[in-house]
Amino acid sequence: MLQIDKEGLQTTVQDLGRNGFQKYGVIASGVMDPYAHRLANIMVGNEETKATIEITLMGPQITFLADCLFALTGANLSPAIDGVQLKMWRPILARKGSKLTFGKPVCGCRTYMAIAGGIDVPEVMGSQSTYLRASIGGFNGRALQKGDVIPIADAPQHVQGFIDRLAKDVDETTFAQAEWTLNSEAIPTYEKEATVRVTEGRQAYLFDENSQKDFLEQSYQITSDSDRMGYRLKGTELTLKEPKELLSEAVSFGSIQVPPDGQPIILMADRQTTGGYPKIGTVVTVDLPKVSQLKPGEKIRFEKISLEEAQRALIEQRKLIDELSKSISLKFKEES
Amino acid sequence: MDINYSPLGDEAIVLEVGQEITKESTSLVRSITKRIEQASIESVVEVIPAFTTVTVFYKVTVDHQFEDMKNLLKNILLEKNVSETVEQRTIEIPVCYGGEHGPDLEFVASHNQLSVEEVIAIHSSSTYEVNMIGFAPGFPFIGGMSEKIAAPRRSTPRLRIPERSVGIAGMQTGVYPIETPGGWQLIGRTPMDLFLPNEDIPSLLQAGDFIVFKPITETEYAEWEEKTHAAD
Repeated sequence: MLQIDKEGLQTTVQDLGRNGFQKYGVIASGVMDPYAHRLANIMVGNEETKATIEITLMGPQITFLADCLFALTGANLSPAIDGVQLKMWRPILARKGSKLTFGKPVCGCRTYMAIAGGIDVPEVMGSQSTYLRASIGGFNGRALQKGDVIPIADAPQHVQGFIDRLAKDVDETTFAQAEWTLNSEAIPTYEKEATVRVTEGRQAYLFDENSQKDFLEQSYQITSDSDRMGYRLKGTELTLKEPKELLSEAVSFGSIQVPPDGQPIILMADRQTTGGYPKIGTVVTVDLPKVSQLKPGEKIRFEKISLEEAQRALIEQRKLIDELSKSISLKFKEES
Repeated sequence: MDINYSPLGDEAIVLEVGQEITKESTSLVRSITKRIEQASIESVVEVIPAFTTVTVFYKVTVDHQFEDMKNLLKNILLEKNVSETVEQRTIEIPVCYGGEHGPDLEFVASHNQLSVEEVIAIHSSSTYEVNMIGFAPGFPFIGGMSEKIAAPRRSTPRLRIPERSVGIAGMQTGVYPIETPGGWQLIGRTPMDLFLPNEDIPSLLQAGDFIVFKPITETEYAEWEEKTHAAD
């Protein structure tokens, strides 16, 4: 069990999202950075679908009420246990009673905390993700608050030996970190200016020639109105050849829609299910984490690629994650 | 009718049956949705019908890229005549008009030079069709409101609209299933839940349903409220 001593800016339970209910207007929710989420789970021996804790910019303070194998991926928000700095992207065993804190954001915006066994909260409509506006899912349908005690399921059998091995190292100290991590190519670096790839939007042809060019040549700033629902950008105005009223249709994670003020919005995890603004592009799925890790004030550029390339990248990424997952399970066996 | 297939990002395909809402397009959207859902294709993650489009989200694998999905869906839709009709239900929604539940009813009346009673009579005498569900969980986009009771959105949206409020915006009427900010003119409130998070189908309404609004008194509203929301 985990006890929340301080809640942080926005700390929620999220998994890979609520699928199959968008036709009833129920938003997908889920993690903003699926790559970091999946890897966090893999590093504690969980299935990738298990819920993690999504931590935003200012992290919470957490007391471990039992021994706990966990991993932190995504943004580096200066995590520490009892004042000693922790390493990211690796399994860590915390002893009962130790305190996890976060400090200055070093890079990125969102950290994922996976705990071996996963967070033991009920599924609502097939998902553990928190849907704040409807007050469902996650922990009591809301962000974590001071005083909450979060139940954790038992660690999976195949990491038990590894936990025991790490536990031998923690007689004196309050935690033990694995010495290994992922290959450096598998660990993303989060810059203050990101170039993300996009495929052509369904209504890109409605924009005038200059706007189609500006969209790909200018950089856009993330405004402070950006959240889990959408990233509102500021930059060169994008305009249509002529005004047009569109019928609402489904949108996706990464859809870039442009309201009449000409400032693009990237739709994120908590997007509404449908939208009626013209979409100039869509961020490719494998580059979504780059967007999610940008903070207000930072910059983004778009680079167009073909649909075939985007889908190939997705297939390649799946392969990479499978390979990482295999080599990490092997580590668990070797180090038991 | 021709169906146009185009990508939405790299994990979805949009089937578009036209760019205007017609009887044919709505029934085609419904039958396409039903057909794809019944085919239970393993790689399909989600099907989202809208006014004139059906969007299919799928899991991309070596064997399931855009062209593969397009062909797969085309074949499914070829099998039988797609324009089969889907049965439509009629659902009665009780509404307590005016008072604290419908603070803008008088505005809607004066805006249209009608009495409050006339607005209620017009609003509750039509049969409405649910074109799609979106915007919020269980929120119906409804067609068929009389233009006699149309009213512009509020110039300043309310920060909180109580759940189950019934409103008018332009030529549209609708019911807010959950508490949301919004600019609709509120004419009443229903004690009936539209968002049912604990049911298999979490929305009272579905695209294709017919709706009729039935006026109820404040006492009836209070009794219903007592019965269904006592635990809230």
